[in-house]
Amino acid sequence: MPNSKQMNQLLYTLQIADNALILGHRISEWCGHGPILEQDIALTNTALDHLGQARSLYQHAADMFNALSSDNKKTLFTSTALQNKINKGEALDEDDLAYLRDGWDFRNVLLTEQPNKDWGYTVARSFLYDAFSFYFYAALQKSKDTVLAAVAEKSLKEVTYHLRWSSEWMIRLGDGTEESKTRVQEALDSYWAYTGEMFEMTAVDKAALADGIGVDIAAIKTLWQERVNMVLEEATLILPANTWMHSGGKECRHSEHLGYILAEMQFMQRAYPDMEW
Amino acid sequence: MNQLINKNLYGDYGDKEQASGTSGMHNTAGEWPLWEVFIRSKAGLDHKHAGSLHAADAQMAIENARDVYTRRMEGVSIWVVESKYIHASDPFEAASMYEPANDKVYRHPTFYDLPDELKHM
Repeated sequence: MPNSKQMNQLLYTLQIADNALILGHRISEWCGHGPILEQDIALTNTALDHLGQARSLYQHAADMFNALSSDNKKTLFTSTALQNKINKGEALDEDDLAYLRDGWDFRNVLLTEQPNKDWGYTVARSFLYDAFSFYFYAALQKSKDTVLAAVAEKSLKEVTYHLRWSSEWMIRLGDGTEESKTRVQEALDSYWAYTGEMFEMTAVDKAALADGIGVDIAAIKTLWQERVNMVLEEATLILPANTWMHSGGKECRHSEHLGYILAEMQFMQRAYPDMEW
Repeated sequence: MNQLINKNLYGDYGDKEQASGTSGMHNTAGEWPLWEVFIRSKAGLDHKHAGSLHAADAQMAIENARDVYTRRMEGVSIWVVESKYIHASDPFEAASMYEPANDKVYRHPTFYDLPDELKHM
């Protein structure tokens, strides 16, 4: 069943918001565990940037959700906690979308939910994603959805710094000691298989592009590839040769990791509904 | 009269504990060198000492300073200098260095009225 324009715009917004939330949560896991105080703060700052982006996008998504017909509202998300709110006639807000949605309603790319493992894996994951989100937000500034365009403009400044940070660390680790080089190469090879999904045009992406609110992500792949090549070359790392790619996250099929992330992130709101502190 | 001194009082700078790992206070072998950070809070003002941090090189020091010291919109410009390159006066010579100025009140420009619009003087 093709989605209506409004519904598609909502799903498209959720996809961007979920990427920001899940990667932001992953990075926030470093808080208090960074290898050195200065990098602990750097990563926590970055996590907060992602959460800030997610928050603006979820607010926008919640506004769109609240404007849907009651039939659409009842069928869009399956979580009982959300259904209870909807059946009571309550409007949803950004917290509901983040804390009460079930895993199979999340639309983030699989790369963002992959575990931190070690510094090399964390840096490689951020680098591959930052290079994507840099070009993505740059293009999203031209969206006909003025909220998305505004969020993109604000986020681009943050992402520019994230990309600078993660590129710098790829170079430091790659062109560093023998051990750092081996380990970051292993991380890069391992997470490479999650990069293809970022450029896959799903039905939601295609409809959003046709409606003038979305980004032609297939077109930014060349830019991404050039940026990645440039940094890897300086880092004296080898571009992974494998072309087989995981996919499914954007269509709500996730790896086991997302469930663990949500279990930790959503626990308080699920166990103590509407709690505040 | 400047001289290199050991870091034995808070706010002093020493050349021994940086990178060489020979500090008598604690073992810093393998740690990144220490850098001093100076932040300009807005255009037209001076860079002021904000604190110190560890970093492997100047570029990382600037990036770390951005994350550690400008999170709350404190700055528009950052200077960093490796702490070992700062030479400090000896606190035990403070009496001879600074006290002779105490009774020379005529050196202070206290006889001018400053307009209210003038800030940061």
